[in-house]
Amino acid sequence: MRTSSAIAPVGKRYRAPAPLGGRRRPVGARRGRVATAFLLPAAVILLAFVGWPIVSVIGLSFTDASGLGQSSWVGLANYREIFGDDDIRISVVNTVGYTVMFTPVVVLLALGLALLMNSPRLPLRSALRTALFIPVVVSLGVVAIAWSYLLDPNIGLLDHWFNRVGLDLGNVLENPTWAMPAVAAVAVWKNVGFYMVIFLAGLQGIPRHLYEAARVDGAARWQSFRHITLPLLSNTTAFVLIIAGIAALQAFDQIYVMTAGGPYRKTTTIVMQIYESGFTDLRLGFASALSLLLLAATLILSGLQLVFFTRREKELG
Amino acid sequence: MTATVRRVGTLAALLACAAAVLLPLIWILTTSFKTVADINAYPPSLLPRAFTTANYTGITDQLAFGRLLANTVIFAGGVTALALVFDSMAAYALARLDFRGRGLVLMAILATLMVPFQATLVPVYRLINELGLVNTYPGMILPRAADAFGIFLLRQFFLSIPRDLDSAARIDGAGEFRIFRSVVLPNAKPALLTLALFVFMNNWNDLLWPLVFTTDQDMRTLTAGLALLTGKFGVVDHGLVMAGSVISMAPLIVLFLLVQRRFIEGIATTGLK
Repeated sequence: MRTSSAIAPVGKRYRAPAPLGGRRRPVGARRGRVATAFLLPAAVILLAFVGWPIVSVIGLSFTDASGLGQSSWVGLANYREIFGDDDIRISVVNTVGYTVMFTPVVVLLALGLALLMNSPRLPLRSALRTALFIPVVVSLGVVAIAWSYLLDPNIGLLDHWFNRVGLDLGNVLENPTWAMPAVAAVAVWKNVGFYMVIFLAGLQGIPRHLYEAARVDGAARWQSFRHITLPLLSNTTAFVLIIAGIAALQAFDQIYVMTAGGPYRKTTTIVMQIYESGFTDLRLGFASALSLLLLAATLILSGLQLVFFTRREKELG
Repeated sequence: MTATVRRVGTLAALLACAAAVLLPLIWILTTSFKTVADINAYPPSLLPRAFTTANYTGITDQLAFGRLLANTVIFAGGVTALALVFDSMAAYALARLDFRGRGLVLMAILATLMVPFQATLVPVYRLINELGLVNTYPGMILPRAADAFGIFLLRQFFLSIPRDLDSAARIDGAGEFRIFRSVVLPNAKPALLTLALFVFMNNWNDLLWPLVFTTDQDMRTLTAGLALLTGKFGVVDHGLVMAGSVISMAPLIVLFLLVQRRFIEGIATTGLK
């Protein structure tokens, strides 16, 4: 706030003498030009590579655009194919399945780890946090190669250990039942440390005196967890659930490397299908319709996120 | 007494989890020093029975590995450098300059946060293709040279820098660009570093983006090159691939260990990757 407006009585600014009023405009225009200059590079990039593509992807989804040549309007044909063709519909079903597997597991594990990590006077706390977080910084596409070797029945250490405890799954990644849980598990391994850190920040935001008061009142550990930790962590939990759900909708990297969508398309997710249709088969129109489906699903979750985002902002002031 | 037991139990459980989480990474490292015979021997073992560095010398001969590494550095480094410049400029305008429609511009930028890049990959590819930029560094870098997350993160940080500093510079006759460069940016180093880390990490690690925007072997990044190597030939030299994996992961792990507080606090405060 400018000092002059604090001193001058309200309304006085609007009855300012003509020369001052005349000068105000150019100053505002100059300000606008400076702001435009600062915003321009980012605005051009975001418009060209996010804004326009959204418009474009909608248009393309009603055409049979391919890599080359003319494209023509095909109406809802692409959408009919997504929901009518078993081969394609399975990618939607698989994405839902993956999301339902990945999200609750990773969130519960992250919460459990955060609760353990938050115990008072824990030795080695920072070393443990570092260890649990390291998978977050490595490339999923690269570690997925190692994961497929680890699960390989011929050379895999994990497969060998599974066998030793009587768990013989054969070639997990070629098993129609187990391939999807396996690729989801790899994503859980990769991301659990990330969500744990968010939970830890949430836990540290809970005032300690609440627990002390509960202890004085004779509350058991479970009761303080149930009546203090869980309710005060609900915002964080909702937030983590939503971003984990959004991440799950975009599953691609480890699937591309470990199963390439197989066996029998059992691990073909929407993004796998977008890649296959758009960049292998060059069916850009069809891939665009799939892309819009992904966008719609993400927007539903993001809309929820926005609600929590603003709530967080308000809390933080 | 029970408190001690509980503490020991908690520690034991966490140590077991940490070991399980680290196991695949340790296995990658040990396997990169194994011979072919050792890798195929039964039963498989975690530690090498015969130690060799042949995989590391071998990987540099094959796959034009040096080229992949250079591509990755140029791609991830280029995106990071440009995004820092463009994001901080936009953030400065949104945090410090009064202009008409500021709220609207901020809303529009935030709205793009909700659009996953996978959903616009097809039209972005078409655009890059029409510009003749497929298989080029600009084609890979430009679409990511600004992002809503970075602008938002920096804007929040800039808002927390006292305005008195600007006013002092303004009285001294400094223009907006000078205030931006010599007042706001130097005071925003923590936020700039956090953003740089995330942008660099995400691009270094990405698979889908380089897969789509490069078709030429010579333009692949490490992640894409390694992923294609394992898929294409079916049977591969496992030790060789693991050596390549170590080289591709090591820079980020080292970077993380050096500045992990910044990394973890960045996530804790923003909750975004």
